[in-house]
Order: sequence, then structure tokens, then C-alpha cells
Amino acid sequence: MIEIRFHGRGGQGTVVASKVLADALAKEGNYVQAYPEFGVERRGAPVIAFIRIDDKPIYDKSRIYAPNHVVVVDPTLVEAIDVTEGLKEGGLIIINSEKNPASFEFPAKYKVATINATGIAVKHKLGSMAAPIVNTAIVGAVVKMLGLTKIEPLLAAIKEGVPTRPEDNMAAAEEAYELAEKSV
Amino acid sequence: MKKVIMGNHALSWGAQLGRAQVIAAYPITPQTQVVELLSEMCASKTLDAKFIKVESEHSAMAACIAASIAGARTFTATSAQGLALMHELLHWASGGRNPVVMGNINRAMAPGWSIWTDQNDSLSQRDTGWIQFYCSSNQEVMDTVVQAFRVSEELMIPSMVILDAFALSHTYEVVDIPDQDKVDGYLPPFKPPVRLTPSDPHAFGGLTSPEHYFELRYKLQKDMEKVPDLVEETGREYEKLFGRYLGQVEDYRCDDAEIIFVTSGTAGYTARVGVDQLRQDGIKAGNLRIKMFRPFPFAKVREILPRAAKVAVVDRNISYGHHGVFYQEVKSALYGRDHDRPPVFGYITGLGGRDIMPETFKEMARMTLAKDKPEEDITWMGVKR
Repeated sequence: MIEIRFHGRGGQGTVVASKVLADALAKEGNYVQAYPEFGVERRGAPVIAFIRIDDKPIYDKSRIYAPNHVVVVDPTLVEAIDVTEGLKEGGLIIINSEKNPASFEFPAKYKVATINATGIAVKHKLGSMAAPIVNTAIVGAVVKMLGLTKIEPLLAAIKEGVPTRPEDNMAAAEEAYELAEKSV
Repeated sequence: MKKVIMGNHALSWGAQLGRAQVIAAYPITPQTQVVELLSEMCASKTLDAKFIKVESEHSAMAACIAASIAGARTFTATSAQGLALMHELLHWASGGRNPVVMGNINRAMAPGWSIWTDQNDSLSQRDTGWIQFYCSSNQEVMDTVVQAFRVSEELMIPSMVILDAFALSHTYEVVDIPDQDKVDGYLPPFKPPVRLTPSDPHAFGGLTSPEHYFELRYKLQKDMEKVPDLVEETGREYEKLFGRYLGQVEDYRCDDAEIIFVTSGTAGYTARVGVDQLRQDGIKAGNLRIKMFRPFPFAKVREILPRAAKVAVVDRNISYGHHGVFYQEVKSALYGRDHDRPPVFGYITGLGGRDIMPETFKEMARMTLAKDKPEEDITWMGVKR
């Protein structure tokens, strides 16, 4: 079983990111379970979403406390909260950032990878310049970096599951997928 | 068709597959998405139902009862304070023998204001004469709505299909949504023996003298007693058609267990993970998940629990001044019988959405096995004192 935690801010589509990833992986025959942090979502406030992925039915309905990997959708959260809380040793921290992974200081037991999802979202005019919707680009990078699936099921999941401008979102996911490197 | 959907939408899909004809509902967190999707289904005509907007849950149930009397298959959904507001009409639906099917999202009762899960909302409606199913996965939620229409309409008793707030209501899982024509073969159209129609006038819910009232209640109980066999039969039929058995309980690794947990809702699935981990540690644990709480599955409980040396009942609820509700019910099921009665330990945990984890079960097993018999009726798991 692989457990992933997403950190974002309300309004960025973090919950949708975990849902789209779940859709894509379910298409490949995986069992998935995706859920937002159990609370009241507010725009701009830190939000968390989780996903469990397994090749057999998932019976554990408790929260995820020790994820294998974390995805930081909003880079300002790296300073604001401890995104590594409970993260298992050897876990990959995927950050939406234009910076080099080496510019982030994390304990040596973790690996860091970055993807400029904001830049990709702006290029494809997803959301606004001030508040780009980066979720599809981030997920494009996540599936490549973690080796979860090929791009096709993700594109199909976006086409079916993203109501606003699916073509541009697919293009963003594909661009991020191409730019990202397998990191585990 | 396999689809990743949230628990709330599993209720909506169940209502659509069941071809509900009248839906009256009032939105409340964490049930809102049930109503949202149903209204979309009605607007886009994928579901040919009358969607009635109402100003309260009391009115929602009143509208469902009226539509049911008129012969329509009806569905609604609510949660917590909304269910409490329906209370008077819950009696009306069962007493009037109106087979309404309702989704209820288990949410803790306020105050303190909470949107998170526990079972006190639905268990407070224990004696209203409704069938109650507690579900553990989104697949089970959708399947159970379809089965509930079948069982309810055959016996003219309303059903509640119950799921935990957030842990299921907002959790996305893969659900296999069956073909409509296959479901139509399982669930025939609703044909009540009598219905409200101008061409054949009847009075419904009229004044009932002491000469007759008692018998109405006797008949309701007698029909309630038919539910376990009907659930068994319709659950097996569902399995033949769709590959998924829908029973009164789910027993997991109980055959050779030294300790059996009694669980419900999402904790009933997490318990399986705890049981597997305990078995790896050499402790023979099992899990009896109570899916159908009303009527209480006496026969199953009496058959399965005496296999174990000890029983640990996990309650995400409390009857103030008494104990956990499932604990009371399990003890009452085992009392006064010829068979061996294992000691029953009562644990209360997870109130107001506090998490129940595989480790919680390992801890409860350790505590239960350390004692010959329970020293108290309530052992509080994880409470800050």
C-alpha cells in the first residue's frame, strides 16, 4: 500500500488533485481511497488531502498518519507548517516550486523533488495569474515522479472529471509529466 | 461500470438505481452532496423523480410519507440534528407502514457543535420502528439502498441506510455501479397493497381506539421479525446477480477466535486490519461487524459470539446513564440462553469523530485478554481525563 498526503490551500484544487489521481489509478485496476482532511474548508487556509493506493481492497478507514510521500501544492506551506510530519524514511517530498530541490532544507532521510506547476498552470491559463489552479499539473508530475502510472489514464481521468477546460488541464498535466523525472 | 465516488454520492446512485419516484430533502452538512447529486439527476432526467424542496427535515419526512401513501417510491437523506427534527415523523412512517428509504450520515449531536462522526443521532432513533443498516464502504452504501427498497416495500417498514460522516460520506472509493436493467430485475416497481387515490378513497392514520391499536403494534413487530430472513434471502439473490452478498452481519476470522470484536460502520472495516495485525502477533482475533442493527441480528450474534473466549464490543456512541448501545444489545442477546456466554467487555471510543485506528483494536485486545472478566461496563478508549 502507498499512502500520500497533499498539502495545499483552500481554493487551489488540492482535494480535486487527490480525486483525479484516484480516478486515474482506479482505471489501472488499483484499489484507491481518497479523502480530504475531515473539516470545514476555507479559501486560503491550509488544507490536506490523502490517498491510499493498493492492489487489494483497502479496509483501513482511519486517517493517514505516516504517509510514504507528501505533495506540497503551495510552496509557502513549507515555511508555515511541518510538511514532513509522520513522513516515512526515504519518502519523497514533491514541491510545487521553480527552485532547485537542493534549495529546500529537509532531513537527509527524505528526498525532495520540485516541479514548477504554477508556471505550467499560468502558461495554460488555468485559474488566474494571482490564483492559478495548479492541481492537474502537480498530479502530472506526481504520477511520473512516483512511477504510479503512465500519462494516458491520468489524461482520461482529467477529461472525465475536470469540468472546467479539460483540454487545457490535460495539456498542463502532460507538460508536467514530460518535465518530471522518476524519483523513487 | 466502475467509478470513484464519495459515500454521499453512493447514496444518490443507490436512489437512482432504485428508481426513486419522489425525493424530498433538506441539506445539512455532511449530507449535502447526496441532495446535490440527486437534484442534478432529477434535472438531467437520468432519474425520473419529483424533487420536492422543503424548508426543514420535518417537512422532508412529511412529504416522503405523503408520497409513499400515494404509492410512490420515496427517498431522503439527513444527518444529526436534521434526523432529530424528523423524530415525530419517523414514528409516523413506521406506524403508517410507509416504506420510505432514508440515508443518514452519522454525525455527532450538538452541542458542542460538531460535524464529525458518531452514532448517537441514529441510535437515538432506535425505537422508532425503522430498519437500520450501518455501512462500511461506499459500495455497500449503494448496494444497500437498492436492497433496502426491496426489503422495506415487501414488509412495508421504512429503512435507514447509515454511514459515518467524512470517514465514508466524503471518502472516495471505487464503486461498481451495476446496469440499470439488471437492478430492475432485482427490484420490481413499488406496488403497495393500498394507496391514497381519489378513485378508491381510504383514510390513513386515523383515530385508532384501544380496540385496534395494540394489534397494529403487534403486526409491526411480527413483520419486523421477518426482516432478518428477508435480508438473508434478498442479500443472497443480490450476490447471485451482482457478486456481492448483503447480509445482517459480517464475520471475519471468527471461527477459531479467542477474542471477537463487535463493531459497526467504518470501524467495522478498520477492525479487520487490527484483527490481521493481531493474528500476525499470534493473537487469534476475529471481528463480527453488525451491519443490520434493527431488527437486531439475534440469531447471528448467538451463533457466532460463543465461539470466542471473550467478546469486546466497540461503541462509537453512548446511552447516558447506561452504557454503549451495542454493548447493551449484545449482552441482552446472550443473556438467559443455554449456550456458553463469553464475558463481554464494553469499549467506548471515537465520539465526535475521534479516529479509530488498527492500533485501537490492538490496544483493546491487550486490555481484554489481560482480565478474566470486565471490571467495569465502560472502558473509555482515548479519552483525555
